[in-house]
Amino acid sequence: MIAEAGHYALTLALFIAIVQATVPLIGAHKNDSFWMSFAQPAAILQFLLVAFAFGCLTIAFVTSDFSLAVVVHNSHTAKPLIFKISGVWGNHEGSMLLWVLILSLFGALVALFGNNLPPGLRSRALAVQAMIAVGFYLFMLLTSNPFERIIPPPANGQDLNPLLQDFGLAIHPPMLYLGYVGFSMAFSFAIAALIEGRVDAAWARWVRPWTLLAWCFLSGGIALGSWWAYYELGWGGFWFWDPVENASFIPWLSGTALLHSSIVVEKRDALKGWTIFLAIVTFSLSLLGTFLVRSGVLTSVHSFATDPSRGVFILALLVIVTGGSLALFAWRGPGLKSDVLFQPISREGGLLFNNLVMTTAAATVLLGTLYPLMLEAMGGGKVSVGAPFFNATFVPLMVPMLIAMAAGPMLTWKRSDLKPVLNRLWIAFIAAIVLVLVVWQIQGGAVFGLIGTGIATWLFVGTMVQLGERIHLFRVPLGDSLRRLGRTPRAAWGMTLAHAGLAITIAGITGAGVWKVESIQSLMPGQSVSLSGFDFKFQGVKQIQGPNYQATRATFTVTQDGKAVVTLHPEKRLYVVQNQPTTEAAIHSTIWGDLYAVIGDPEGTKGAYVTRLYFNPLVVWMWIGVMMMMLGAAMSLSDRRYRIGAPKRTRQRIEGAAATSLK
Amino acid sequence: MKRKYKRLTFVLIALLLLGASAALVLSAFEDSIVFFHSPSDIVAKKVALDKRLRLGGLVEKGSVVKKKDAVVNFRITDTANTVAVTYKGILPDLFREGQGVVTEGRMVGNVFKAEEVLAKHDEEYMPPEVADALKKAGQWKGSKQK
Repeated sequence: MIAEAGHYALTLALFIAIVQATVPLIGAHKNDSFWMSFAQPAAILQFLLVAFAFGCLTIAFVTSDFSLAVVVHNSHTAKPLIFKISGVWGNHEGSMLLWVLILSLFGALVALFGNNLPPGLRSRALAVQAMIAVGFYLFMLLTSNPFERIIPPPANGQDLNPLLQDFGLAIHPPMLYLGYVGFSMAFSFAIAALIEGRVDAAWARWVRPWTLLAWCFLSGGIALGSWWAYYELGWGGFWFWDPVENASFIPWLSGTALLHSSIVVEKRDALKGWTIFLAIVTFSLSLLGTFLVRSGVLTSVHSFATDPSRGVFILALLVIVTGGSLALFAWRGPGLKSDVLFQPISREGGLLFNNLVMTTAAATVLLGTLYPLMLEAMGGGKVSVGAPFFNATFVPLMVPMLIAMAAGPMLTWKRSDLKPVLNRLWIAFIAAIVLVLVVWQIQGGAVFGLIGTGIATWLFVGTMVQLGERIHLFRVPLGDSLRRLGRTPRAAWGMTLAHAGLAITIAGITGAGVWKVESIQSLMPGQSVSLSGFDFKFQGVKQIQGPNYQATRATFTVTQDGKAVVTLHPEKRLYVVQNQPTTEAAIHSTIWGDLYAVIGDPEGTKGAYVTRLYFNPLVVWMWIGVMMMMLGAAMSLSDRRYRIGAPKRTRQRIEGAAATSLK
Repeated sequence: MKRKYKRLTFVLIALLLLGASAALVLSAFEDSIVFFHSPSDIVAKKVALDKRLRLGGLVEKGSVVKKKDAVVNFRITDTANTVAVTYKGILPDLFREGQGVVTEGRMVGNVFKAEEVLAKHDEEYMPPEVADALKKAGQWKGSKQK
């Protein structure tokens, strides 16, 4: 019964979306406020219906309703509750339901909090948002209905893929989707602006918060996926340039470009057409990411579906959305031309440079990701494009941008001079040189390591210098500086945090990527191995019983100079229902590096086991850096200029304005 | 600076970036693209054997021999031909005799020295490359692919 209710709600949502996609659009065209007024209630109703359907599916999972096909294929009564819930989106059908849930959530947010938007723009944006929704409802109802029954219902389910039974992966898809789908807002606003034929600073101010929000979640989603790969797959690595990872990274790159170009639209009323184009491209790349992962053209742990009709449907959707919006752009875009020209050395010049590099990098990663598919489609043989390709292309492209990134925020708008800026950055330059020399002394001359160290230091110190400049540190009394610090707008804090966070992330990537120490050997109980100054002593294994698995649990005691550091318990689990083994790495994180232990198969009959031990330097820095970037986006999002004009504050703003005028 | 030159600066920077990335891509394609081959390709010497390559097929039943110090020897077969493989490390969780596997590494003499062994994350899953290799060898039954 619950399943039918959910199915019915989903069908209703489709029809609401069809109304929302057409009526307000016509209303906006005719400037008819009654027709336009359909948009908000429709968006809210759509969200409520999808939320209801999502709730129904969740109940089905929690109560283990095995009359539903998805539940049978992805759940089991013995599974812990949290993984019953995450099982809702741990499969193709449910994850698409999550996709439309988030899509309709964003629509409802615009409907609820967009009172300061011009009615025409809001109606059009909501109508475009609904068009995307129609595509996805149809996709779900026609090819991947989560509420499909199975007759007769089996006694128990087939359980969720054990690799997916994990806390990090339980929250990874929702985060990632909030990012992917968040870019749909920028897309809808871009299309609405194209239809309207008007892009101005106000438009950028409405779009930027959505972009910030999407970017923040996408960063978090990517980092969570990387974290999961790091501790769950047991290879000691955190990023494999796997096509599915790239699928989320490409929109992140173009989304980062969008984030920066919208600043130029807001402040200088320039780069309008380019920003619209980026908004279209970023969402298209998000759809492409969904297509690559969902269609099964890529083989990976993430691809649930290999049903070709689904792939064709998403491909068609992708072609319609991308093709349609780019055609609209080609038709209306030239009208958006702004006649502002930049000085190459200026803040906007720096932002444009960021955009050029980010889009080039996105194109390069896209090419590497799609190349094997293209080659195979043309009958050119099977290839794999892996980490060596991306390290040789993506990394060098990033270097000039990261170097420029320390100077860019210190340039002034319109017209600037590089010399005084570089003069102020001497301290960053010296810091970078000193640290490179220190690292060279300690770790030796791994070129990538030295470059990474130098760039991370330069960027971090440079960003701090920029903050110091802003508050006139050491140029005015300290009290004045602190007062300036207090008055620094949150958007500026956001930039500082995000840029510094990137510097720390780069340091972490450099450490873990270049100075990883690995040792593979078979150990008898009582034997030890020495690694980066730590002694790992293998104490033997024990068999233990988990809720839905059996495990071989090993014990390593780790000591440094005879002093106990930590005891590690890596496991090798066998999930009974799917008869699938998994490796659970044991990780001890410290600020300077992670101790990482993995246990393999027994060797011989005397109790020896194959073991793999790592020392991964600075891994924690990556997670800290990404959190700083996300916090930076959140800070920026809370900036005053996005809050004034928020619906309930309209009156206060007028009062505030009156108060200032009285002063 | 004149308007024309300002615009030109950005166009030049853009071209420079595109050129640089194209050069990087081309040189990387030369060195770092890894081709997939079946045991039959290798036995027939149809491939440049000095390059890094991927070898896929089924792990031959009864061929897995665990040596000392985490070294494993096994044979990969597409049922028509067989190549001996050696690997040092922990085999993936789903590595089993009779199952599909993809390995990446180099040929050293007559033995494939694998640096990576990839078995996919699903019991019944057959890497598509392996399925194709088996089809070529005429041994594909097509029942197991999901």
